[in-house]
Amino acid sequence: MRKILFLCAVLSIAAVIMIGLFVFVEGYPIMHKVGFFNFIFGKVWSPSEGLYGIFPMIVGTFSITLGALVLGVPLSIFTAIFLAEYAPKKFERLINPAIELLAGIPSVIYGLFGMTMIVPVIREIQKLYFGRGASQMQSGYSILAAAIILSIMICPTVISVTRDALKSVENELKAGSLALGATQWQTTRHIVLPKAKSGIIAAVVLGMGRAIGETMAVIMVAGNRVGFPESIFSPVRSLTGNIAIEMAYAAAGDHSQALFGTGIVLFIVIMAINAFALRIYGKGVNVK
Amino acid sequence: MKSKTIEKFVKVILWCSGILTLTILATILIYIISQGIGKINIEFLTQNPRRMGMEGGIYPAIVGTFYFTVATIFMTAPMGIATAVYLTQYSRENFWVKAIRFANDMLSAVPSIVFGLFGLALFVVKLKPLTGGWSILSGALTGMLMILPTIIRTSEEAIKAVPKEYKEASLALGANNEQTVTRVIIPAAMPGIITGVILAIGRVIGETAAFLLTLGGSILIPSSFFEPARTLAMHIYLTAMEVGALDMAFGTAAVLIIAILILNLVTHVVLNRYSGVTR
Repeated sequence: MRKILFLCAVLSIAAVIMIGLFVFVEGYPIMHKVGFFNFIFGKVWSPSEGLYGIFPMIVGTFSITLGALVLGVPLSIFTAIFLAEYAPKKFERLINPAIELLAGIPSVIYGLFGMTMIVPVIREIQKLYFGRGASQMQSGYSILAAAIILSIMICPTVISVTRDALKSVENELKAGSLALGATQWQTTRHIVLPKAKSGIIAAVVLGMGRAIGETMAVIMVAGNRVGFPESIFSPVRSLTGNIAIEMAYAAAGDHSQALFGTGIVLFIVIMAINAFALRIYGKGVNVK
Repeated sequence: MKSKTIEKFVKVILWCSGILTLTILATILIYIISQGIGKINIEFLTQNPRRMGMEGGIYPAIVGTFYFTVATIFMTAPMGIATAVYLTQYSRENFWVKAIRFANDMLSAVPSIVFGLFGLALFVVKLKPLTGGWSILSGALTGMLMILPTIIRTSEEAIKAVPKEYKEASLALGANNEQTVTRVIIPAAMPGIITGVILAIGRVIGETAAFLLTLGGSILIPSSFFEPARTLAMHIYLTAMEVGALDMAFGTAAVLIIAILILNLVTHVVLNRYSGVTR
């Protein structure tokens, strides 16, 4: 009995190793062929010419993720502070399930919402801003659209981890501060937030991981043009999008390997981010 | 006086953030449902798509989602529950347990497109003679790895929440470890385990990227687990992006959202109804 259970349990270890191994084995040849440095920092991605540089996609993913964090993190942290320190019980009971639901909405639905609601609004703004003459900058599919959608999608992660970190701060500390005559905000700012700092950092890092790894919603709103963005209104392609869009028609060989190579980069980045978050989260905050 | 002004100001900002979060959720739900609800009728739910999904219904996607979800859950739930039992009942905090927990955390962080790449390389290409290439089986094996951490974590919590006295009483009555686990602990933890399974179902029916690369996306009704299928979520993507039939995409999205709302509701009912028993 014990042995059977143990075999089931080690499946997850085997899975992580196998995923890393398979993606690596499939993608390594192309990295070896064009050179690791050229693969990562190559500025041209053109499979038909045999050029495989993923730097435009790295810039794309980076700009979308940065935008999502700028828009999403303040809202999420304020909401978490509100939930942990200020919200009446009734409101909490309303908003907690709402956050769960927000996390449960499929990413294609966020994508559909983005492409029919956010993208048209951005298109109108672009027309006003650039005038009707400007050419390719007017589709609305852009960094901004992807950042807005992702900022909503990372909310549940950032809110719930931050909220738990804030709630794990001992009540005695808060009571002591309040008893000394500090207002609730002073207590929150000078006692609770510093205490929960590492948990909040972990929350932001986890949100970042979610944004980097998201595929469907991004390819539905980001425009997917390979190239370096000129502004937040430029279309970009993300690392995830690169795989999802081209895998369907990539011929076996260099092209397919290059997409697996993109997967290697993605896998390593995400693993590093999450290992980092786990480390600080485990250390700094007492999460039950 | 000044700190009181700040206090008021902060309160306003925090209330606004809380309300904004709710508003965003409500906007998305109302928008998708209101755009799609008009499309839903008996024909939409029971007919085959015509002209690549431009017209007709979504019946194959509903059937595909159902088969696929059932296959994935039936493969994953026993494994996940067994792991949770091992972690809580049959082990101490040793190297393996730590490694298993770490692997679970990592597994739940892997982006879905990377799961897709893995599934494509292993299940679809390497194991083609066994899985039939792009098929429900390949998709389910990929999906299994995605939802395993969810099922393990929730089952573990549910088992930990079973009062110690239950276990002690059972052992005191002369039952052995195995009997205690199968007849006392697992039944007592069942509501929590079911909640985890429902969460996992939600993840399977909502996920798209990984299954685009492994499930095949056939528009026909699958006749066995070795044939390709498409889920509702894939159908939304394919109709919106490849076919350009937004009305069909909205109709499908409304069906999917309603399914997810029902799943969420069921979770809450299960948890509320039985929370007194396990905690």
